[in-house]
Amino acid sequence: MTRVVVVGAGPAGLAAASAALDAGADVTILDAAPVLGGQFWRHRPGGSAGSGGDAGQARLQHGWPRFTALRRALTASARCRIVTGAQVWAIDKDGGQMRLHLAVGEADHPSRSMESLQPQALVLATGAHDHTLPFPGWDLPGVVTGGAAQALAKAEGLAVGERVVVAGAGPFLLPVAASLAAVGARVLGVHEASRPRALAAGWSRAAGWGQAGIMPRKLGELAGYAGRQLRGRIPYRLGTGVVAARGDGRLEEITVAGLDGSWAPVPGTERVIACDALAVSHGFTPRLELAIAAGCALTAGGPFGRFVTVDADQRTSEPGVYAAGEITGIGGADAALSEGALAGWIAGGGAPDDPRARAARRGVTRYQAFSRGLTAAHGIRPGWRRWLNDATVICRCEEVSYGALTGAATATASRGLRSLKLVTRAGLGPCQGRICGRTVEALLTGDGARPFLDGVLPDRRPMAALVRFAELAQSPIRPQSPIQPHERPEP
Amino acid sequence: MDTNSDVIIVGAGIIGAACARALTGVGLSVTVLDSAAAASGTSGQGEGNVLVSDKEPGPELVLAQRSLVLWERLEAELDAELPAAARAALPTTEYERKGGLVVATSADAAAPLLDFAAGQRAAGVDARVIPPAEALRLEPDLNPAVTAGVYYPEDAQVQPVIAVEAMLAAARARGAVIRYGEPVTGALSDRSGALAGVRTARGSYSAGQVIVAAGPWAGEVAALLGSALPVRPRRGVMLVTSRMPHRVFHKVYDADYVGAVGSGDAALQTSTVIESTAGGTVLVGSSRRQQGFDSALDLAAVREIAAKATRVFPFLAQASVMRVYGGFRPFMPDHLPVIGPDPRVPGLWYAAGHEGAGIGLCLATAELLRDLLTGAGPAVDPAPFAPARPGIAAALRAGEAA
Amino acid sequence: MTAEQNVTDNTSLTITADGMPLEGVRGQSIAGVLLAAGRPSWRTTAVGRRPRGIFCGIGVCYDCLATVNGVRDVRACQRLARDGDVVTTQAERLPGDTR
Repeated sequence: MTRVVVVGAGPAGLAAASAALDAGADVTILDAAPVLGGQFWRHRPGGSAGSGGDAGQARLQHGWPRFTALRRALTASARCRIVTGAQVWAIDKDGGQMRLHLAVGEADHPSRSMESLQPQALVLATGAHDHTLPFPGWDLPGVVTGGAAQALAKAEGLAVGERVVVAGAGPFLLPVAASLAAVGARVLGVHEASRPRALAAGWSRAAGWGQAGIMPRKLGELAGYAGRQLRGRIPYRLGTGVVAARGDGRLEEITVAGLDGSWAPVPGTERVIACDALAVSHGFTPRLELAIAAGCALTAGGPFGRFVTVDADQRTSEPGVYAAGEITGIGGADAALSEGALAGWIAGGGAPDDPRARAARRGVTRYQAFSRGLTAAHGIRPGWRRWLNDATVICRCEEVSYGALTGAATATASRGLRSLKLVTRAGLGPCQGRICGRTVEALLTGDGARPFLDGVLPDRRPMAALVRFAELAQSPIRPQSPIQPHERPEP
Repeated sequence: MDTNSDVIIVGAGIIGAACARALTGVGLSVTVLDSAAAASGTSGQGEGNVLVSDKEPGPELVLAQRSLVLWERLEAELDAELPAAARAALPTTEYERKGGLVVATSADAAAPLLDFAAGQRAAGVDARVIPPAEALRLEPDLNPAVTAGVYYPEDAQVQPVIAVEAMLAAARARGAVIRYGEPVTGALSDRSGALAGVRTARGSYSAGQVIVAAGPWAGEVAALLGSALPVRPRRGVMLVTSRMPHRVFHKVYDADYVGAVGSGDAALQTSTVIESTAGGTVLVGSSRRQQGFDSALDLAAVREIAAKATRVFPFLAQASVMRVYGGFRPFMPDHLPVIGPDPRVPGLWYAAGHEGAGIGLCLATAELLRDLLTGAGPAVDPAPFAPARPGIAAALRAGEAA
Repeated sequence: MTAEQNVTDNTSLTITADGMPLEGVRGQSIAGVLLAAGRPSWRTTAVGRRPRGIFCGIGVCYDCLATVNGVRDVRACQRLARDGDVVTTQAERLPGDTR
C-alpha cells in the first residue's frame, strides 16, 4: 500500500486524496488552515458552509455539494489521516528519501507540535495567492486583495467595507464582487484592466481550445455573476483601473482611470470615487516553494509565467512527486479537480489506463486549456508602470519605494537578484517576496528581457514558513509515522 | 570582442571589489569579470564580520588589524569617491564598530578563553576580560549562566553586499569595466606562451596582470589559467529572524567558535554567533561542514544552530526564523589567505582563500595586493600569504600530481 | 489533527485589543473580530510608522501581524480567536530608532 501525502486541501488536493484512496493508498492530507477546502471552498470553522445559513452559503460558495462529498470520502476512510493546522515548513532529503517537516497547531503558535513525514508519493497542491500590482496608496488599510475580500466574506460573513470597489484583472473579479454583495457590501463597481478587444480575442481563443460544452457553461457562470451585477446595478467596466488610493490612516478614496491597450492610464479619464475598501487582484502567483524544495523543475515563462512542469499524468520532474492545481498553471477549480484526481490516482498506484484516470485526463483537457486561455486573455500589460511614482511602495514588508529600487538598480548596474535584494531590502521581509517578488522581477529584468545572472530563483524559500527557534530545536531528526488503528505493525 | 586593460580581476565579490577600488585608485585600468553577478558567491552569504576577536596571534591577525584601520575610514572615503547620484541611491554599508563579546557557557570553556585572550592582548588586541555581571550589563538578555566573558571593542559588523556594490561603484566611477555572466574559459596567451589575459565565452580580455579573486572557485580558475590553488569549500549556514525589538547590542559569540574556525574537521560543527542588523533582524550562526559545493538544505545544522543560540540568549526561543541561507567559505589547508604572485605563471596573481574572514580582511588584502603589484612598500609582511609559501607547497605539488 | 466540526457553532467570545474588549464568535479569525469592530489596522511599520491591517487574507503577506498573548508575529488573519485572547498592536522599530 503506497503511502501518499497530499499538501493542500483545496479542490486539487481534495480530489487527489480521494483518488489516491480509490487507488488503494494510505493517504495523509495536510493543510495549514483549520478546515479543509483551501481558498475556493473557504468557510468558517464550526459554521455550516459560510455564514448566514444555507441561503447565504448558496450565494457565497460554488459547487458546495462537491466539497462535502469529497470531505465525506476522506473522513469516512480509515486509510485517510487529515491534518489541519499543519504548516509544512521544509522539505529535505535524507539519504535520497524525501522528508516533509510540519508544525501542527494554531497558526503561528510558539510551540506547535513538530512532525516529520516520509511519503512514498507526494502530491503538491499548494495553490496560489493573488498577485496585486502596486499603485500609490495600495499600502493603506482598507486596500486588500480580491482573495482577502472573498475569504472574509466566505469564512467570516464579513464585508471588508461598506462602500467597496473591486479592481484588477481576471475572471476572478466577478466572484469577488458577488461575495461582497452577498455579505451586504455596496459594490460601487468592478474595474477590469483588460479591454474589450483583447478579452474577446482571448475568450474566443480559449473557447476554441476547450471542448464543446465548456463554453456555454463557463460563460453562463460568468454571465450569472455579471447578471447579478447588472441586477444589483454594479457597473462592470472594461479597460479601467485604480491608479491611486488615498486616505488618512485608512482608505477614503481612489482614482480610477481609463487604461489603454498597454494598461497605461489615459490622461483626462481620471475619476475620484469615495470608498472605504478596495479589493484588487491582477492575477495569481502560484505557491511554488515546496515544489522547489522537493526538487521539481519549473517552466521557463518569465516573471509571470513560472509553474511546476508536469507530464500528462501530473508527474513532476522529481520521482515520486506529483503536482496539481494552480501550481501547474492558473486554471481555476474545475481544472484543479481533474488534475488532482489524476495526480492522486497515479500517485496512489492506480493503473494509468483505468477508466477513472482516463476520465480525469479528459477533464484536464477539457478544462485546462479553456481556463488557462481565459486567464491569459486578462494577462498583465507593461503600461502598469505608469501608475507608479518614486514614492510608491513596491516591497510592502520593508517599505521599499519604486524610486529606491530603480535608483539602486541604476547605481549598481547589478544583474543579480541577491545583490539587489540585499542592497534595497526588497523581498527580505517576512513575506520573503511572495507579494512583491513578481513585481520586483518584472521591474528589474524588464519583464524578463534582461534576466538575473546569479541563478537565484525568486520563489526558492528553503524555510517555507516562519518557525520559532524553540520549535526548530525540538523538531525530530527521524520521521515519525504514527501507527493508525487499522495498520498492523510489521512482524 | 577584445578589451585591453592593465589588470583583469576574476571575481566580483568583496575581495575583487576591494581590489578593483584599490587598483583604480592608483590610476590602473581595471576589468572585473564575474561568472554570475556581484556578491553572488560567498560575499553575499555570510554575516559581515569585521573581527579581531576570533584571530589568534599571527599573520592573519596582523592583516585583520591593518584592515580594521582601513574599514574605519571606508564610508568617508566612499562619500568622496562615489558620484553624487550613486551616493544618493546606495544605502550606507551599515558599518558599525559595535564590539564583540565572547562568552564561555561552561566551566571548561572559561580557562581556554582567558588564555586565548591573554595571547591576543600580547599581540596588541584590545581584549578585556570582564566578569559575568559586566557581560550582563552589556547584554541584559544574555543567559546569566555565563562563566567568563571577554569584550573586544574593536570588533565591527558591516553589510557586505552593500559594501561590495559600493566599492564596485567607486571603481566604475574611475573607469573600471565590470562584466557579469562571463565565466573565464581559459587563458589568453601571447606569442611566447606567456599569460596575456583571459578568454570568456564572449571574447578575449588582454591585460598585463590577472588577479584571481574567485573565492571557493579560485582553484577552478587557477587551473583554467595553467596553475593550481588548493582552495576548498567549507559550507556554512545562517538563520535570519524576523524583525524584532532591539535586544542584542554587540556581536555575541560562544568561546567554542574559535576552535571551530581553526579546525580542519570535515564533519558538521556548529558554534553560536549572534548579532542584530540595522534592519532589525537578528543573524544567527554558525556552522562548518565540508560537503563540496552541495547546497542542499541542512536541517541538522539549522536545528543545532537554533538550539545552541537559545542557550546563549534564552529569549530567542520565541523568535521566528524567517529565512535560512548558506554559503561556501574558501578554505586553504593552512588557514591563511593567498595574496600575491603565482610563482610559476608570470602575470598571474591571487587574492583568495580567506575562509570565513574575507569581509574583514578585504581592505588590507586589496592594499597589499596593490602594493605588491605596483612595487610600493607593503604595510604588512607579505611572506605568510605568498602563493609560494611552504605551508601550501605540498598541497600544490599533490594537486599537480593528481 | 482535528476532525472538523459539522455542527454550526455560534459560541460567542471576547478578546481584548489594546485593552478594549471586542466581541466575536467561535470560528472567526482575530483579524475578522478586529475588522468587524471597526479597526482596520493593528500594526505599524518600522520605517514609515504606517498602519497596516489585513491585505492578502490567506496568510502569505505577513502584513496583519499582531502580538497575541505576549507572542509576537501572529498572523491575525490565520489565527482563530479564542475567548480571552489578549491582542496588542505590533509597533515595529528599527534598532536605534528613538523617535
